[in-house]
Amino acid sequence: MNSNNVVDAKGLACPMPIVRTKKAINAIATGEVLEVHVTDKGAAVDFPAWANAGGHEILEQTDEDGVLKIFIKKA
Amino acid sequence: MTVSKWTAADVARKVIDNKQLFILDVRNADAFADWKIEGHQFDYVNIPYFELLDGVEDILPQIPIDKDVLVVCAKEGSSIMIANMLAEEGREVGYLAGGMKSWSTYIEPIKVGDLANGGELYQFVRLGKGCLSYMVISEGEAAVIDAVRFTEVFTNFAAEKNVTIKHVFDTHLHADHISGGRHIAEATGATYYLPSKDAEEVVFDYTALEDGLMVQIGASKIDVGALYSPGHTIGSTSFIVDGRYLLTGDILFIDSIGRPDLAGLAEDWVGDLRETLYSRYRELAEDLIVLPAHFMIIDELNADGTVAKRLGDLFADNHGLNIEDEATFRSMVTDHLPPQPNAYQEIRQVNMGKITPDNDEQTEMEIGPNRCAVR
Repeated sequence: MNSNNVVDAKGLACPMPIVRTKKAINAIATGEVLEVHVTDKGAAVDFPAWANAGGHEILEQTDEDGVLKIFIKKA
Repeated sequence: MTVSKWTAADVARKVIDNKQLFILDVRNADAFADWKIEGHQFDYVNIPYFELLDGVEDILPQIPIDKDVLVVCAKEGSSIMIANMLAEEGREVGYLAGGMKSWSTYIEPIKVGDLANGGELYQFVRLGKGCLSYMVISEGEAAVIDAVRFTEVFTNFAAEKNVTIKHVFDTHLHADHISGGRHIAEATGATYYLPSKDAEEVVFDYTALEDGLMVQIGASKIDVGALYSPGHTIGSTSFIVDGRYLLTGDILFIDSIGRPDLAGLAEDWVGDLRETLYSRYRELAEDLIVLPAHFMIIDELNADGTVAKRLGDLFADNHGLNIEDEATFRSMVTDHLPPQPNAYQEIRQVNMGKITPDNDEQTEMEIGPNRCAVR
């Protein structure tokens, strides 16, 4: 899947993955896609909840060897 | 304002001393709904941390200024961030060091009572998970029953009391938490007992815990006697200690009864559960004090923090002991069960010795409430 920007949050503990993602999403335009790589286990449930609260859409969420890759479309 | 750091022990004090506490839980809504810190006089607001990244001004009216405020999250990172934001707004707040992970593992030993000839009985209350373990102490010796996986809690306590652990029992093969029994026995040279009917698949050596087994703790003969009481599992065994206490394992709780399904055989075991609760236990003295292996809700705690109640009172008050119709009972314990404990199948595998996850993985498996009961 193509994305407009990538946030590498691997190795970061909660709340930093979402803090960084929020900053990055503020910097892209509506409809553009942000890709996030994260290893914090809580991210699998926190990202969908966070995206839902902001109206953003999670297009895809995959787990590759413990690295969660999330594609978020900005609302 | 500065942010204060609370330990799980500080929070446990609030629970046991029946104090007020306001908890701002910043985990996501599902995690909060599933499992939280319970206290008799605790109030809560759940606002996920990711909804507060732009500031906490909007929630200030919801945060009281006349009582202790504790910010809680899964590990601690988010609670530190939110607590700092509240402090910048002039609020005095604390955060829970280690978050819900540390709450899940914290254990408070509380004395239940004195036994004959100077003996003592202690209950180890794991508040966050609702697990209860026991240590019987008499004349330099000790027995441990249903120990959780933090073995040093028990070995350190024994050292403090200057006693040697001689016997370690599990009332059954646990499905909600990882047993520390086998490892305590290995560390101390004690005998580890497990009901053989629960142990058909275990891959380590153990001593069979059979009905009628009697061990003595200390020279003055405090008896720990085994009473076969199947139903939660097919091997579930109770203990009568010093003729005064009935350790029921996961068969009978204060305000609920054991569920028969965690090993996948609810239909097969419901009859055993019925017979244990309605026949075997009925033949026992009503003045026995019931000491279960779990509590489910904070109301089951006594004023001193222990979880204990007279058997006769349970016959009168516990709903699960008062269902006359067998078909109704069967339906209650098989048809309308709550969700199973987190990772219960993997936990059973660990307790059989079949898999050996590392400490972090064990912590992750044990997240959440125990869910061993039906009400």
